[in-house]
Amino acid sequence: MNRRDIAFVVSALIIAAALAVVPSITVKESVINLLVLVYIYVMMASSWNIIGGIAGQVNLGHAAFFGLGSLVSRILWTKGWPLSVSMILGALVPVAFALIIGAPSFKLRGVYFAIGTLAMAQILFITTRNLFPMISSLPKEALATYSLAPRYYVALGMTLLTVLVVFWLSRSRWGLGMVAVREEANAAESLGVSALQHKLLALCLSAFFAGLAGGVFAYYSAGYYLFFPFFPTWTFDAVMATYIGGTGTVIGPIIGAVFYVLVKEILALRFVELHPFIFGTLFILVVLFLPGGMIQIWSRLRRLFRRAAPAPSEEKAMSESDMVHDRPAVE
Amino acid sequence: MVETLVQNIVFGLLLGALYGLAAVGLSLVFGVTKFLNVAHGELLMLGGYASFWLFNLYHVDPFVSLPLAALALVVVGIVLYSLLFSRTVKMDEEQKVQTTMLIGFGVSLILQNLAQRLWTADDRSITTAYSRMSWTLFDIRFPIVRVASMVVAILLVIALHQFLQRSYFGKAIRATVEDWEEATIIGIDTHRVYLVAFVIGAAFAGVAGALVSVGYSIVPSMGLEWTLVCLVVMTLGGLGSIIGTFVGGLILGVAQALTAFAVGGAYRQVVGLLLFLVVLAVRPQGLFGVKEG
Repeated sequence: MNRRDIAFVVSALIIAAALAVVPSITVKESVINLLVLVYIYVMMASSWNIIGGIAGQVNLGHAAFFGLGSLVSRILWTKGWPLSVSMILGALVPVAFALIIGAPSFKLRGVYFAIGTLAMAQILFITTRNLFPMISSLPKEALATYSLAPRYYVALGMTLLTVLVVFWLSRSRWGLGMVAVREEANAAESLGVSALQHKLLALCLSAFFAGLAGGVFAYYSAGYYLFFPFFPTWTFDAVMATYIGGTGTVIGPIIGAVFYVLVKEILALRFVELHPFIFGTLFILVVLFLPGGMIQIWSRLRRLFRRAAPAPSEEKAMSESDMVHDRPAVE
Repeated sequence: MVETLVQNIVFGLLLGALYGLAAVGLSLVFGVTKFLNVAHGELLMLGGYASFWLFNLYHVDPFVSLPLAALALVVVGIVLYSLLFSRTVKMDEEQKVQTTMLIGFGVSLILQNLAQRLWTADDRSITTAYSRMSWTLFDIRFPIVRVASMVVAILLVIALHQFLQRSYFGKAIRATVEDWEEATIIGIDTHRVYLVAFVIGAAFAGVAGALVSVGYSIVPSMGLEWTLVCLVVMTLGGLGSIIGTFVGGLILGVAQALTAFAVGGAYRQVVGLLLFLVVLAVRPQGLFGVKEG
């Protein structure tokens, strides 16, 4: 680990510690609820980013992982299994699913992978809607003792775990291999980097953390339709938050998710359902003109300042955003 | 029993014709421009509403207003193309497909919510004086509007086929599909070819949507399902063949009807998606890839 890495981990821990105090300084449930939603979105965007951003395979079936995770956790947990076991199994079942669909779907090139995963997720969505059409609500005793604080800490802890793992991955040999496969699969293969292995690992990790997010959702919600987490909206939200923040980076999806949820909630208070226009437009603009997302604005600004400042040393370690955004800009 | 089965198949064919019509539009766009416009289902929805409002506000017969629905979508198509999709023309193929797909998702989100705000989330359909009429042949019902819709669909698909095979501009389109660089060299304006293909695709979606609002019903959130249907049909039928795509639509319609007959209507969407995955798995290059082979 170099100094920058340590700085990242330390600041992540400090932010998490600061957020951990929130339930003890506010009694407003709306704040806690909003933050839990932010955490779930950060987990969804960060986990999508592993396969969609770092490994560059646009997966449009992310909701399937989230849905499976919540379905398994919720059913096991409400049947009396310990929460930890339910959530771990809730994260592992999507991984098993990812392993099954991974190998055949990676044979499909780029866009066919995207449509294939979307089709797969829709099949799961329709099937669960038919098999579990009911609302899953907590039993009366559990509802009476329902408390937000433990849910908040579980959500925060899982989010921190997700972010740190993604960070570790982006610095690891595996993560660099994924970037190599994304940028030029043939060249990567010729250097002995197996495209299939790297994509599979990316998909499994992505499925694991999306499943974990599903577990958090299942634990957090008092009552919901069991098929609700399978809605394609969960995929599209994660994709948009990731792109708007900055796909392929560690921080981008976090910023994107925070921005996404906050703007969505603020807009929902003032105007009715205006956020789809704003995010839709923003998303299109980012895809066309700013493929690096909000992070790219930041790194461009910094480059501007650097140019203005006296010549910096050249061997300075490349910043994360520099490393990941060497794709050709869209003309 | 047998009658119910045959009746189901007939209904499947009638709906399948609309699948085919819509998918031919998407397939033409993808084949010529390599734009994967996943907002195709939303364009269809807009066509449906155009026809619905023309009928409800001005009492224009839905079959008379078909050209107007098409015209509305031509305008939408031109706007979408010049504002957004034209910016991806210079990208290499894989990047173009992916970028347009993402743009399409943004567009579909915007259009869907626009429709919801303007026209509420209710199911709508057009009920004309002749809506409930149907012909009966050997105890099998043939609703007039759906049969008429199928006739319109077949006529339009044949017309497009003839246009591509016979007309000068159609030949320019096919030349661009073969090799756009050489097409440019011999003086074909590929930008215009792209625009025309995109607009024809949008117009086909508009007409299909208008027909859906007569024989079935429309709702702002219908887009994703129809986009998936079109992608499935496009894969089943294979790219590059207008007639093949249309037949793919009929196949999907019948497959859905048979599924509904066997295991219940709740799974009718699933069968198409499964078919799609099977086709992709058996032909990993995708049937999209036919042209490249």
